[in-house]
Amino acid sequence: MVWRILLGILLTLVIIAAFAFPIVPAPTSLFEFPLIPGLEEKARIIFFHVPTAWLSVMAFFTGMFYGIRYLRKRDIRDDLRSSAAAGLGLMFCILATVTGMIWAKFNWGSFWNWDPRETSIFVLLLIYGAYFALRSAVEVEEKRATLSAVYSIIAAVTVPFFVFIMPRIMTGLHPGAAGDPEGAGPVIEFKMSGGMRMVFFTSLFAFTLLYIWMFTLRVRAALLEYHHQSKG
Amino acid sequence: MPVVERSARRWLRSTVAVFLKDWRSELRTRYAISALGMFVVTTLSMIMFSLAGETPSLEVLAGMLWVVIFFAAMSGLSRTFVTEEERGTSMTLQLQAPPSAVYFGKLLFNLVLGAGLTLLTVVLYAVFITGFVVTSYGVFAAAIVLGSIGLSAASTIIAAIIARANTKGTLYPVLSFPILLPVLMTAIRATRMACEGTTWTDAGGEFQVLISYIVVVVTASYMLFEYIWKD
Repeated sequence: MVWRILLGILLTLVIIAAFAFPIVPAPTSLFEFPLIPGLEEKARIIFFHVPTAWLSVMAFFTGMFYGIRYLRKRDIRDDLRSSAAAGLGLMFCILATVTGMIWAKFNWGSFWNWDPRETSIFVLLLIYGAYFALRSAVEVEEKRATLSAVYSIIAAVTVPFFVFIMPRIMTGLHPGAAGDPEGAGPVIEFKMSGGMRMVFFTSLFAFTLLYIWMFTLRVRAALLEYHHQSKG
Repeated sequence: MPVVERSARRWLRSTVAVFLKDWRSELRTRYAISALGMFVVTTLSMIMFSLAGETPSLEVLAGMLWVVIFFAAMSGLSRTFVTEEERGTSMTLQLQAPPSAVYFGKLLFNLVLGAGLTLLTVVLYAVFITGFVVTSYGVFAAAIVLGSIGLSAASTIIAAIIARANTKGTLYPVLSFPILLPVLMTAIRATRMACEGTTWTDAGGEFQVLISYIVVVVTASYMLFEYIWKD
């Protein structure tokens, strides 16, 4: 209970900080963000867009983890966990895509540019869609669990090509792509001041906690439903 | 170690037996071969109608070649597993051969089918589509061969999944497309490079991606096939 209240306070602080801290040419305190040419006020998206994209990938690997566990132990509850993670992943994936698209319209000129990172989130969306299509096509519980677990693993071994390798080796619009003057690689060092980095990592941490909370809630609901059905 | 050697030889024999069984039953009905062949012919004539004598750029032509190959593969490569379920022979096959032998036998069959399909498409494409000119033949051959292997490898494991689901036809391209996208995008890029006359060293990165993709997919499929195959 306590940590949920703390999470609420933390997320409120992140939202206030992300929107209210002024953007100045030369930040002097932790409560000011630097002015980045070409981004200006639009730089604030990083506090919400990146955590949602991060969670959609994390949910994907959580789903794969429980998929592997299901194949090893044949416990149907692991399958429920796997699909709960995939459901959350789909939601965060849509959020990341939509926020990114609106932002891209104003910063890069069009909603969709086939930048490598846009391609990778699109593939992730397709995989989530295919995963749920496959689940709805199989009626027998064990079979559905096995097939969707295998599919999520197959997807997880091929998708890193997109999410982790392609955005780095190809030129693109996102920071961290090849040809970026700041250098290709993780984007942590990207032009952020100390204050910005503080808000960013707090946001990442708070979103991760939020994900864990949502995940446990969904699993509890799914388990209750399962027991209810198997009794009645 | 004669025991190991003997079991390896037995495994190889059942792999080849699975392949030959599929091959013979295919030659008897010629279902997949004629479906694939007709699919390629109809799609190509469709493209020729819609081009109406225009010559699009090499990028478009290289992409279209793989569009034809992808959808043709989606129409035929699931047969090998779906027929087992339709005829009700999968139980017998489970008793006769170990899962890995079944997987590699079917993979071999799909590799042959995929190779034939890409060969047919490329030949017809080169003959009928004006403006499709290949400059570096070696790079082109490597792109086609590796792309075809990657396509067949990934479609084999998806076909095994699809055969167990209730809807056999419609879901196949839906499930395959996101898995196949790395292969398709790299193969399209490599094909375009071959048409533009890129040298081996410049196109090397694409082939590294294709080869590692094939290794990863075949290894993962080999490890996971048993779970799909056994009831």
